[in-house]
Amino acid sequence: MAISPPRERLWWKQPIHRVELIWILVAFLWGIVMFGMMVYWHAFGKHNLSNETYKVAPNEYYAKTEAMVSKYTVREEKGIPVVHPPPGSDVYLMARVWAWYPSLEFEQGQTYRLHLSSIDLQHGFSLQPMNINIQVHPGYEHVLTVTADQAREYSIICNEFCGFGHHTMVGKLYVVAK
Amino acid sequence: MATAAETFRICPTTGLKIHLSAQTLIKANAVAAVVFLLFGGLLGLSVALTRWPAVHILPANWFYLALTAHGFNVLLCWIIFFEVAILYFASAVLLNSRLAAPRAAWVAFALMVIGAVMTNVVVLQGDSSVMFTSYPPLRAQPGFYLGLILFAVGALTAVGCFFGTLVIAKEEKTYEGSVPLVTFGAITAAIIAVFTLASGAIILIPTFLWSVGLVSNIDPLMYKLVWWAMGHSSQQINVSAHVAVWYAIAAMTLGAKPISEKVSRTAFLLYILFLQLASAHHLLVEPGLSSEWKVFNTSYAMYLAVLGSMIHGMTVPGAVETAQRERGYTKGLFEWLRKAPWGNPAFAGFFLSLVLFGFLGGISGVVMGTEQINLLMHNTLYAPGHFHATVVAGTTLAFMAITYLVVPLIFQKEIMFPRMAQWQPYIFAIGIAGISVFMMGAGTLGVPRRHWDITFSDALLHYDYPPAAYLMLALNGLSAIAAALGGAMYIINVVASVSFGKSVKGAVRQAQPATPLPAAVVGQYGSVAHVRIPGTVVLVTVFLVSFVLYYFVNWKYLSEVWPMR
Ligand code: HEM
Ligand SMILES: [Cu+2]
Ligand SMILES: [Cu+2]
Repeated sequence: MAISPPRERLWWKQPIHRVELIWILVAFLWGIVMFGMMVYWHAFGKHNLSNETYKVAPNEYYAKTEAMVSKYTVREEKGIPVVHPPPGSDVYLMARVWAWYPSLEFEQGQTYRLHLSSIDLQHGFSLQPMNINIQVHPGYEHVLTVTADQAREYSIICNEFCGFGHHTMVGKLYVVAK
Repeated sequence: MATAAETFRICPTTGLKIHLSAQTLIKANAVAAVVFLLFGGLLGLSVALTRWPAVHILPANWFYLALTAHGFNVLLCWIIFFEVAILYFASAVLLNSRLAAPRAAWVAFALMVIGAVMTNVVVLQGDSSVMFTSYPPLRAQPGFYLGLILFAVGALTAVGCFFGTLVIAKEEKTYEGSVPLVTFGAITAAIIAVFTLASGAIILIPTFLWSVGLVSNIDPLMYKLVWWAMGHSSQQINVSAHVAVWYAIAAMTLGAKPISEKVSRTAFLLYILFLQLASAHHLLVEPGLSSEWKVFNTSYAMYLAVLGSMIHGMTVPGAVETAQRERGYTKGLFEWLRKAPWGNPAFAGFFLSLVLFGFLGGISGVVMGTEQINLLMHNTLYAPGHFHATVVAGTTLAFMAITYLVVPLIFQKEIMFPRMAQWQPYIFAIGIAGISVFMMGAGTLGVPRRHWDITFSDALLHYDYPPAAYLMLALNGLSAIAAALGGAMYIINVVASVSFGKSVKGAVRQAQPATPLPAAVVGQYGSVAHVRIPGTVVLVTVFLVSFVLYYFVNWKYLSEVWPMR
């Protein structure tokens, strides 16, 4: 039994049953397929998280965001500026307790360099209803190149706990048809 | 040898020589575990009811406090106290040995209790609601980290006593040949524990110093990397421990024997060899780490640790099937399963744990741990959905199941309410399967984890989740009630039996197979010619097909989001 020493003293010399061998082989191959899928997707898939990251001091990031906001703000909603940066440009989204700043407006079908960083705690960028989720760290500036392919209103939820107001942290991203 | 005779008793059921100090320590650790499960389980219920928007019982700050305390009490306290009990059982009891350094084992126990109480007291004060992961720059009171450190030092000391016992047993030749498979599994768990607890010390000590102001900065990414070297590896301890428990229960209830010692042991070995930086799958959508690093580590070097679990996924039911067929249940594919002792809570709990862990926990874990697919799930309720299937339906249910054997054997008490015990695994399993599935469902719809209010009632901007998300959270709340009921049935029965149960005299009936195996068969089996496991083959085939389908469905979902690079 499994709770007593093996009956066969030389258990490592016992042959393995065919059924077990086949299963081990199948499971091993399945592992290789799954590993291969991740590699394949890097080569041919269109949905890979960017590796482009820079170290950044919170006040520097704050300044970059403010510069963009002052240049491209097109309107305000509930006191929060909505920016409409030119396609292809660098867009800065700043996380802080408890807001995503500013609100963004993209053009459908256009590609943007979206920068994510926090100036205080960790936050979670969760784009709804598409359900893309990316961790946001203070001190790290993460640059994604995204293509907004559907015109509609998106919300950005925070999904990393960031203090007692965490559940009030919602931002907006609009994609407008040209 | 007069003293030796005094400090041992002979177990009338198994004939094992049981060291009394080991027995008392097993009792103490198991009792502590159950106390923390009670506390943590109630917190879990309150959290689940708060997440049900129509019920929403706790205010925000209490919710975050309760969630912090829930994670800590169940994941660390309940599980690790119980694992210490298992380590002592698998070394001292199964090897007929005395426990090394019982004094040190008591010190370990005291440190763990002090640490656990300290962290709880600090959390309950309300200004350390940082979740049990305590990601900086979020900062808790120093006592929070200090409690964790004391707890970890205690646990490490206990692991030391386990290894000491192995050495003693070997030197004093208390067993012949190799250690039993269950002990081998426990050794696996203990080796991983050393690595885990060391990582814990490496990260928690500087974090403690930071909380008192002696260190100026903790890099949040670095913290997560090392923290999860503890946080994830400790889940591999749980897996090793509960797989060992599966083998133990199969042996104790059915006399089942692994089909091949070699295969089962190698599968355990794979856990140790390919655990490496398992923390990677917690960091898949983090900035600042390369994709190569993520892909290699999240797959545990090409899924070789997953391979270990898939092997156990066949050998454990295979062992059961073999034992049942030897007993004469040979009709068709599944007579062995139909005629299994489903009324024995130890067996029922074990088999439900095996199935739920594999189908719900295993598949969802590998899918979520796929580098690109993680984008769809990170920090949504999918994550707690997944790990309630692993660490609750898998580990917790297995630990509950073996308790029904431990109470008569070690506490020498009869289970006081056998009817309640019979129902308990089913009710708990239904509840936990429910919370797992419904939290995963909500996560698929984008519902965040650790979030007080998805109606955003006091937020400036809003988002309307689809009605299905609300339905999922309501079903999750209902399942949580069932799970809590199942948990309560376990705790009440165990506490009552241990405190007021009738003492067991002589051998324990319950722990013996309904129909003993013919001695001649026992002698032969394990030899290749005797293995026939068609039922198990069907089960693992169904498993693999589900796995493959669910895996590729998620790639399909991924291909529908915004293109990005
Ligand atoms: C009655 C049984 C239980 C119920 C109803 C329950 C329910 C829940 C719920 C609803 C959450 C919160 C999800 C969120 O909002 O993020 C949660 C979190 C969690 N649960 Fe449980 N749970 C139970 C038992 C357990 C057990 C036995 C364990 C461990 C062995 C466990 C481990 C955890 C952990 C680690 C978390 C994450 C905490 C965090 O996000 O910091 N739970 N549970
Ligand atoms: Cu946030
Ligand atoms: Cu947050």
